[in-house]
Amino acid sequence: MAHLLEARDLVRTYQVRRGLLGKPTPVRAVDGVSLTVRPGETLGIVGESGSGKSTLGRMLLGIDAPQGGDVVFEGQAMPEFGTPQWRALRARMQLVYQDPLAALDRRLTIAQQIGEPLDIHKVIPKEHRAARVAELMAAVGLRPDQGGRYPHELSGGQRQRAVIARALASRPKLLVCDEPVSALDVSIQAQVVNMLRDLQDMNNIAMVFISHDLKVVRNIADRVAVMYLGRIVEEASSDVIFKTPLHPYTKALVSSVPVPGKMLEGRVILQGEPPNPANRPSGCAFHPRCSLANDLCRSRVPALLVAGEGRTAACHMVEAPADAVAA
Amino acid sequence: MTIADTSAPVTPDHNTVLSRMRRALRQVPFSVGFGIAWLAGMVLIAIFADQIRPYGITAMDLRSRLALPGTFPHLLGTDELGRDVLSRLIQSIRMSLVIAFGATIISAIFGTTLGFLAAKFRGVVEHLVLVLADFQAALPFLIMSIAILAFFGSSMSLLIVLMGFYGWERYARIARGLAISASAQGYAAAVVQLGATPMRVYLKHILPNVASTLIVSMTLTFPEIILMESGLSFLGLGVQPPETSLGNMVGFGREYLTRAPWIMLAPSLVIMLTTLSISLVGDWLRDKLDPTLR
Repeated sequence: MAHLLEARDLVRTYQVRRGLLGKPTPVRAVDGVSLTVRPGETLGIVGESGSGKSTLGRMLLGIDAPQGGDVVFEGQAMPEFGTPQWRALRARMQLVYQDPLAALDRRLTIAQQIGEPLDIHKVIPKEHRAARVAELMAAVGLRPDQGGRYPHELSGGQRQRAVIARALASRPKLLVCDEPVSALDVSIQAQVVNMLRDLQDMNNIAMVFISHDLKVVRNIADRVAVMYLGRIVEEASSDVIFKTPLHPYTKALVSSVPVPGKMLEGRVILQGEPPNPANRPSGCAFHPRCSLANDLCRSRVPALLVAGEGRTAACHMVEAPADAVAA
Repeated sequence: MTIADTSAPVTPDHNTVLSRMRRALRQVPFSVGFGIAWLAGMVLIAIFADQIRPYGITAMDLRSRLALPGTFPHLLGTDELGRDVLSRLIQSIRMSLVIAFGATIISAIFGTTLGFLAAKFRGVVEHLVLVLADFQAALPFLIMSIAILAFFGSSMSLLIVLMGFYGWERYARIARGLAISASAQGYAAAVVQLGATPMRVYLKHILPNVASTLIVSMTLTFPEIILMESGLSFLGLGVQPPETSLGNMVGFGREYLTRAPWIMLAPSLVIMLTTLSISLVGDWLRDKLDPTLR
């Protein structure tokens, strides 16, 4: 199947200045990330804070321009931010935010805001607008009377439902969800994730689901990419990566997810803090925290190589593909 | 144990426009109610000035010069030429209101537009706007007005336009700051992400969100413009005789302060009550326009 979205070698660098007269040092927030998303599939992106997940999401949508590499959506290169072509493309790709209260205009009612993409992209005639808004609200599980409410009058979960309804209004083909449930209660998280899944199945939407929460990603993603310090260190289908993680960092992440009714056996506890991206360790960025690190890891950056059927990993310690399949 | 009567008849006119307005009016505090009534009165007087004015503003009654207020037929007395103070006051209210409203609206639109442009384009445009704003703030406005009016001669439209430049730098700074912080994160970025044009983002989303602050700023500028016009007229550079404005009346009435204080007190009282009303109503309006404070 053709790719819906393809990103090649995306690089995004920020200049960080320490103190008033400090020398600006470049921080590579995203450092050579490539990925593809097929229509209707969900790609989970996991990683710690500061690993460049959100920056990657913004580049995939063309909100931030990559300084290297390119993004191709439906076979077309991503237009520049703010151009009419870019604006028109918003009907095809949408973003769901982490903080729904900040993402909603507090002076407009929920119904007005859900219908806004319809006004902007003029996808349907005006007289069908109310019906489409009602349909969207029903789809995300909002009561019809809540359409007249203002954002601050709704609960966090309801607000996020409104944001999702707004994102779906123009029937996009790609949804980038940037930590969409991390601000919600655990019980509400499950509801919203299940709802996203259902909506995705119904409308055949591809999703890039950015989260630091492996439980959530495991629930929703078909494939998972693990990011560490701006790079993808491992990518595989969701079932495979949670069952047999290859990269030591993924192993540590996966072992930190509690499984009900099971003791935490063989838990890999990471030592130290994630390193400062402005001061990236030599070689494999993960080596200061890795129990398997040797001299090779300290001196050479491991490439992201095929490590089995449909999976890749960037680690010197990962064995040849034949062995990985057997494992 | 009592059984509550749950079948109380629902009043049919519960949601009619009239009853809603009546209910809304009951919630208005007295001071705000007074302010609204006073401003409505002023606007009506300004509109119907020609009809309600008992005498012409230049009509002299030389036999009853400096007549006391309350003496028939001059309700607020007469000035040194026997002109009816009430008639002149009514004409002054019209004149000052036109200048103050016109100028406030010009300065609000001008300043907000420049502020939004600065926030949208940043870079050179922003620097230019900020330099202009600093220039405006650093220059004593009265001196600049005197220079321009002395050079071009005073006319009504020039006066309004000139007053319209008063206070614009405040709107520009406020609008720029609020628009930048709004578009950096939150709702404005979200609307941009929906594919909205900058026009839509600024006019439909950012403007309503920052309007409360701008309205407060307008309630500050409005009385200042009335006072500024009064000052210019007092100096003889504003509204020219025989036309009259509130400041003009205060200026000329000053000479008769000891013998006929009513000439000056009547317009002074109108200036004071109008500016007070604007402040009260503006403050109340800001709270009312914010759905999160309801």
